[in-house]
Amino acid sequence: MLNVLLRRLFQAALTVLVVVTLVFVLFSVIPGTYASSLQADKRDVSAEVLERIEAELGLNDPLPQRFGRYMAGLAQGDLGVSYATKRPVADMLSGRVWASFRLACAAILFAVCIGLPLGFFAAMRRGSWLDTATMTLAVSGLSIPAFWAGLVLMYVFSLKLHWLPTFGYGSGGLKHLILPAITLGIAPMALLARTTRAAVLETLNSDFIRTARSKGMSERRLVLRHLARNAFVLVLTTIGLQFGSMLGGSVVIEKLFAWPGVGSLLIDSVGLRDIPAVQGAILVIVLFFLLINTLVDLAYLVVDPRIRYR
Amino acid sequence: MTKAVLDVRNLAISLSDGAVRVPAVEGVDFTINRGEVFGLVGESGCGKSLCALALAGLLKAPMAVSGGQILLEGRDLAPLPPREMRRLRGDKVSMIFQEPMTALNPLMTVGDQIGEMFVLHRGLTPRAARLKAIEALEQVQVSSPERRINAYPHQLSGGMRQRVMIAIALACDPALLIADEPTTALDVTIQAEIVELVLELCRAKGTAVMMISHDLGLVARVCNRVAVMYAGQIVEQRSAEEIFTAPAHPYTRGLINALPRLGRRLERGQERLTEIGGVVPAIRDFPQGCRFAPRCTRATAECRAAPVAMTDLNEGGRVRCLHHV
Ligand SMILES: Nc1ncnc2c1ncn2[C@@H]1O[C@H](COP(=O)(O)OP(=O)(O)OP(=O)(O)O)[C@@H](O)[C@H]1O
Ligand code: SF4
Ligand SMILES: [Mg+2]
Repeated sequence: MLNVLLRRLFQAALTVLVVVTLVFVLFSVIPGTYASSLQADKRDVSAEVLERIEAELGLNDPLPQRFGRYMAGLAQGDLGVSYATKRPVADMLSGRVWASFRLACAAILFAVCIGLPLGFFAAMRRGSWLDTATMTLAVSGLSIPAFWAGLVLMYVFSLKLHWLPTFGYGSGGLKHLILPAITLGIAPMALLARTTRAAVLETLNSDFIRTARSKGMSERRLVLRHLARNAFVLVLTTIGLQFGSMLGGSVVIEKLFAWPGVGSLLIDSVGLRDIPAVQGAILVIVLFFLLINTLVDLAYLVVDPRIRYR
Repeated sequence: MTKAVLDVRNLAISLSDGAVRVPAVEGVDFTINRGEVFGLVGESGCGKSLCALALAGLLKAPMAVSGGQILLEGRDLAPLPPREMRRLRGDKVSMIFQEPMTALNPLMTVGDQIGEMFVLHRGLTPRAARLKAIEALEQVQVSSPERRINAYPHQLSGGMRQRVMIAIALACDPALLIADEPTTALDVTIQAEIVELVLELCRAKGTAVMMISHDLGLVARVCNRVAVMYAGQIVEQRSAEEIFTAPAHPYTRGLINALPRLGRRLERGQERLTEIGGVVPAIRDFPQGCRFAPRCTRATAECRAAPVAMTDLNEGGRVRCLHHV
C-alpha cells in the first residue's frame, strides 16, 4: 500500500517533468511570444516598449536557460509569475482550482447518477424499448460535440425558459453550476451508461450468478448481493478515468460558460503566450488526473479482494 | 409419499430463435428414487447440462422447457410460481457445476457464500449462519474451517473451491443433488476424492444424486442405474451392472469398447469417445430417423426412415434401437 503511493509519487514527478518540458518545447516551436501577442491584440505598443518587456521577462534568453530557471523554481514549489498579470501563478490558480474542481465534481456526479442506473436498467431489460432508447441516447451523447450541447442547453434553459443563468460564476451558488456541469457530464454519462450495461450483462452471464440462482434467492437479493458489486468493479476504472480527465475536458466548456476555472485561464494564457500561467494550468490538470487515478487504485483495494499490491 | 424423488416424463427442451423453435432435448424419461445414485452419460454437447438446468429451473433464454413434466417428490414443477420454485431450489434440489474456478462469487468470503444457504432457507441470522457454515466446511473435509471461512475464492485451489461448492449444495440436506461433471475441470489426482466425498455425504444425508459425466467408467462404478444420452435423447437406460456387461445400444457398446482394458485409464473421457467414428450432430442438424444412424455400423434403411422409439428390454431397462443386441 505504501509502495503504491511511493510508486505513484515517483510517477507523478516524472510526468510533471515530461509535461513541463513538452510545453516549453511547444512554445519555442509555435510562432509568437508574450510581447508579440500584445501587438497582435492591436494595442499600439512601440518597438522600444516591446523590447523592454522582452528583456524584463528574460524572453530573449536561450531556451535551456529559461527552462533551467523555471525548473529550479518549480523544484522549490514556485510556479513563477504570470507575464500578463505580473501576479504569482500560484495565486491566480488558487481560486480557479476550486471553481474547476466544483465543476468536475458536479459533472461526474451527474454522469454517475444518470449513467449508472440507465446502463443497469438497460441491461436488466435487454432488448426492450428502454434498452434501445438508452443506447440510442448513449451513442448520441458520445457523438454530440459538448460545445454545441452547451449552446443548446443555454438557449433552452436560460434564454427561452429563464430558469437558469446563461453564464458566469455568480456568487458561487448552485444555479450557475448546473448548465456547465450537465454539458461537461453528457459524454461521460453516455460512456458510463454503455460501460455499465456491458458490465451488468457480462456479470449476469457469469457462472457465479448461475450458482446464486441455484441457491434459490430472490432477484432482489441476487442483484444487491451478487450482481451489483461485481458489475461496479468493472465500471470503477471508467468512472475514475472520466473524472480524472474532466479538468482537461472542461477547457472548452469553461470558456463557453465564462467559468472562472483553470481551463479558461489556460485558453487565455495560451493566446497571450503567457508561458508560466500555461504551465501552471496544465500542471493542475495533470496532477488532478494522477490524483484521481491513485484514489481509484486505493478504492480497488477496498472493493476487490483479488487485488493486493505488494 | 412416493418412492421417487424425481420423476421426469417426456421432457423436451427447445431453443427459441425468433419464430423458429429448435428442439435440443426430446422425450427424456427417467425416475430417480430416494437415496439412489443415478448416472447420466454422453458425449459433450448431447444435452446433459440442459437437462440438469431444466430440473433446477435454471434454463436461460433462448433455451426453455417446451414439453413434458418434472415431478419433484410428486409435485409438478411447471405450474409453480417463481417464488415457490425459489424456495425449492437449494433446499430440495441443489446443483454442483462443472467449473469450480468461476462458480463462486469472487467478492464474497466462502463463509458468507455457504452461510447464505442457512439465511435463505432456514431463516438464520448471519451470525448463526456463520457457525453453520463452519460446520458445513468441516463436513467437506476442509482443514481449519474457522480460518478458511474468511477466505475468498481466489485464495483456494480448484479442489478446495469444489468442496466449498459441495458444502453450499448440501447445506440444507436436499432430497436431490444434481452434480454436473463435478470433477471434469479438476486435477486427475483429486477427482476420485471429490466423487467419494459427494457420495459419502449424500449417503449420510439420504440425498439422491444425479451424477452427470462423460466418463462411463466412473458412472458405472458409482451409480445404481445409468441413462445414456445421445443427441438430445436417452438411448439406453439400465442398471449400472447390466449396461457395463451387456450393453444393448450400439452407441453404448461403442462407449464401452472405447474404454481402455484392464483398468488402465486414460486421462480424459473425451479421448476415448472419439474412437466411435464421427461427432455428435449439432442440435440444428439432428437426423430424421435414428439420430445415431450416421455413425452406426448396424444402420439400415429402416433406421433412417423414421424416429426410433424406446422399447423395453426383456432383461429389464429400455433401449432406443431397432437392431439392438
Ligand atoms: N444457449 C444456447 N444457445 C444455443 N445452443 C445451445 C445453448 N445452450 C446449449 N446449446 C446446445 O445444446 C446442446 C446441448 O448442450 P449441453 O450443454 O446440454 O451439452 P452437455 O451434454 O452438457 O455437454 P458438455 O459435456 O460439453 O457439458 C449443445 O449442442 C449446445 O451447443
Ligand atoms: S436404430 Fe439403427 S442406426 Fe440407430 S442405433 Fe439402432 S441400429 Fe444403429
Ligand atoms: Mg455440460
